[in-house]
Amino acid sequence: MTSLLSTEKTGSQVEESHPPGGFYRWITSVDHKVIGKNYMYTALTFMFIAGAMALLIRTQLFNPNGHVVGQQTYNELFTIHGSMMLYLFAGPFAFGGFANYIVPLQIGAPDMAFPRLNNLSYWLFLTGGSTMLLGFFTASGAAAFGWVAYAPLSSNPYSPGPGPDLWIVSIALVGFSGIFTGVNLVTTIFYLRAPGLTMFRMPLFTWSMLVTGILILVAFPVLTAALVMLYADRHFGAHFFSVQGGGVPVMWQNLFWFFGHPEVYILALPFFGIISEVVPVFARKPIFGYRGMVFATLAIAGLSTGVWAHHMFTTGTVLLPFFSALSLLIAVPTGIKVFTWIATIWGGQIRFGVPMLFAMGFIPAFVMGGITGVMLASPPIDFYTHDTYFVVAHFHQVLIATTIFAGFAGIYYWYPKITGRMLSERIGRWNFWITYLGFWVTFMPQYLLGLRGMPRRIAVYSATDGFTFLNRVSTVGAYVMAIGMALFLVNVVRSWRRPVAAEDNPWDGATLEWATSSPPPTHNFHSLPPIRSARPVWDANHPEHSDAAPVIAGGDESAH
Amino acid sequence: MRTESRIYLGVGSFFLLILIVYFLWSKESTGSVLLLASAGLGILPGLYMGWWSRRMRPRLEDVEVVEPLDISGVVGTFPENTIFPFTLGIGAWLTGLAFVFGVWFAVIGMGFVLGAAVAATVESKRASLAEPANRPAPGGDGRLRDR
Amino acid sequence: MTRMARAARAASVVAAGLVLASCKIPSFGAYHGNTVQGNSTYHLWQGFFIASVFVGGITFLLLGFALVRFRRRGDAIPKQVHGNTKLEVFYTVVPVLIVAVLFVFTVRVENKVDAVSNHPNLRVDVTAFQWGWKFYYPDYKVTTITQGVGAYPTLELPVGETATFRLVSNDVVHGFYLPQFDFSRYALPGVTNYFDFTPQRTASFTGRCSQLCGLYHAEMLFSVHVVTPAQFARWISNHQESQVTK
Repeated sequence: MTSLLSTEKTGSQVEESHPPGGFYRWITSVDHKVIGKNYMYTALTFMFIAGAMALLIRTQLFNPNGHVVGQQTYNELFTIHGSMMLYLFAGPFAFGGFANYIVPLQIGAPDMAFPRLNNLSYWLFLTGGSTMLLGFFTASGAAAFGWVAYAPLSSNPYSPGPGPDLWIVSIALVGFSGIFTGVNLVTTIFYLRAPGLTMFRMPLFTWSMLVTGILILVAFPVLTAALVMLYADRHFGAHFFSVQGGGVPVMWQNLFWFFGHPEVYILALPFFGIISEVVPVFARKPIFGYRGMVFATLAIAGLSTGVWAHHMFTTGTVLLPFFSALSLLIAVPTGIKVFTWIATIWGGQIRFGVPMLFAMGFIPAFVMGGITGVMLASPPIDFYTHDTYFVVAHFHQVLIATTIFAGFAGIYYWYPKITGRMLSERIGRWNFWITYLGFWVTFMPQYLLGLRGMPRRIAVYSATDGFTFLNRVSTVGAYVMAIGMALFLVNVVRSWRRPVAAEDNPWDGATLEWATSSPPPTHNFHSLPPIRSARPVWDANHPEHSDAAPVIAGGDESAH
Repeated sequence: MRTESRIYLGVGSFFLLILIVYFLWSKESTGSVLLLASAGLGILPGLYMGWWSRRMRPRLEDVEVVEPLDISGVVGTFPENTIFPFTLGIGAWLTGLAFVFGVWFAVIGMGFVLGAAVAATVESKRASLAEPANRPAPGGDGRLRDR
Repeated sequence: MTRMARAARAASVVAAGLVLASCKIPSFGAYHGNTVQGNSTYHLWQGFFIASVFVGGITFLLLGFALVRFRRRGDAIPKQVHGNTKLEVFYTVVPVLIVAVLFVFTVRVENKVDAVSNHPNLRVDVTAFQWGWKFYYPDYKVTTITQGVGAYPTLELPVGETATFRLVSNDVVHGFYLPQFDFSRYALPGVTNYFDFTPQRTASFTGRCSQLCGLYHAEMLFSVHVVTPAQFARWISNHQESQVTK
């Protein structure tokens, strides 16, 4: 039933076995490429479902006192929208999809370090994710306490019924899946690199995924522990978070955000990595300041665990100057990244392929979200704008910039490698521009709505509040964005019906994934180019502009 | 190995630093405990890797210039197909649903989990022993990669 | 030492100048903050906004210039530049300085906003519950409370007088949010929060619950009236009478 396969370093596979076909092959394959693709399909499906919920939410807010859905349904919708986008799309799409597929290729490994564990992660993700949606089919509805599930609202007297329990089980399963993937990534990157691929020659995407893996290991266990406590509160009367039993409700917020803020960077770092891959390739230059980028990534990881309570400024129970200072500081490594990308295209020959278009669209969108993030790091301004649409606009701009714009840059960039087919550049451009237009039209009015006093998560507002016009603009923007996203599906279907074959290295990429065929064979490489710098494929294709120092025959003594 | 160790140690020490500042300043317990755990999570593997990096030859992936002679041979043994992660996943899911719909789900779920765990172990053991490259060499450190 | 002192004095002069000038600076969409406390938040907002326009503007200009100037012009391979340590240090140090300045102003405003007076002119106890508010004036034994959806309570405040608020919650986490005061604070079960408002102008507006608290979160409103001290005295006595007759 099982076949195990050895891979020679120089290439030719020893025994090519004949794997089973069809459905059985799909569920039994432990190839990181199959699992990575499964993760991508599943996460994108969840994204489109959650996006449809976002459209319902925006439709409800189009008119004052909207009656599209009831208030209970509205609360369920934004809870599941947020939970799906954050737990089931953004994270798994990055560290389950892209990282699974790309990291082993970039480091010249035949597979992930723990292929079976990898497969288990996927099944936990799929079953856990679907479990969250089951809530809608229960009599009392899905969870309705927001994706942050603040206790005691999420506890038993205030949120009874199976919906919240399904939410807890779902997040716990997805959390375990994330932890397994984190372990797998860190181990793979530490132990399965190709000979000569030292840490400081790793592509920046792999660096990002390494740091993401470490952050997953810091953050997710805390969330799992908090969920266990919440479940115990709900069913066994544990009183961790209830005042009546001597518990501390704020502790939920401390635990949750100790997970939640690193989680934000777990979602963002992989996509920064994608941008750091796409930008140099399309500018035909190496990244500007490779080590600076690595240290900026590590600095973000370190700082991100020291800023959790900036979500809790208005509780009046946290140390404001400490969290404010660290939150402001985290803008520095993020700023370094932005300046590095600009310095990388400076003096280059920029080719505006669709991946580059998305990458360049990402930068202004992300800078906008980052700047408002700096504002929110100041406690007095946060007192004013906390839990208003200002915050909603801020984090949607950051997260959509990363997961959608940088994410689509990655999809368009690696689609030829993954499928062996090209996506249409023409539809890709429409996909970008329409989504991008919709993005700005949707979220810029929300900043103003927040400043004018519209709280988040409200199902209705009054016609006399003065929120109507801006909400309508925002809703129209959301539909424009939806049209843009639909064009992506059109593009994928087109590439499936009328395939255009892709070359092995269509973008003149510089890293190892472009040294193998498109799509790669079962264990990735028949042979590897010599690795003498961070851009081995570039060195091989452009020897006259190679990064590698010339090697004297006999080599370095330390090699022996 | 040295760089890997330094990454862990660096991140762990940073957590330790903010833990000290945070605890002395705020005296708040939840966050301090979490920071302490995170610092340990960084420092422990960092020390372990640092300890090993001093006691072994540099691995080929840590060497700047690699000779073609060094890069031939078997990389490792990787499985292709196995049903048991799927079985284990379904078992874990059913066990999870038991927390919502009642204990009887856990009975079925744990059956799947235990069966899959035993079967996967047996399968993996048998398959890896069948692989000549993967037989434990006398005095070897048990690492997958054969040098 | 003297150099630092001089720098600090120069900074405070600049800050004072900014505060004075900020009356003429546009509001950038924010409320002016109808309390002494909220007004300093408002000025901080203006400062942050200007700094943001400056930093964001430079970033967008650099990006825009690079995109136009360095678009593909042929098949030649550009110079392979791997970095420039001086430039990298520059774009690390400058952001550090910018956030350091922002932090100094933040702490000053934060201390002002969070200061609680020892001798307030008025005390108000606020209790949040699902889904309403109770305002209790302990000095006068007057209470206003939500009577059901649509029957919102009134928070009456005299202009120019410092009121100390005591905020608690009976059940879940709520957010006591007064947009025109540029302020919000969680009402947490088990935690008592204190803060001051010194309203500056008479006004009427809607206060809200900002933190999701269950089914009717959207309708957990209250009316805020900032009135003259005379009107406030009349309002108090009216309420005392009606509560006695009950």
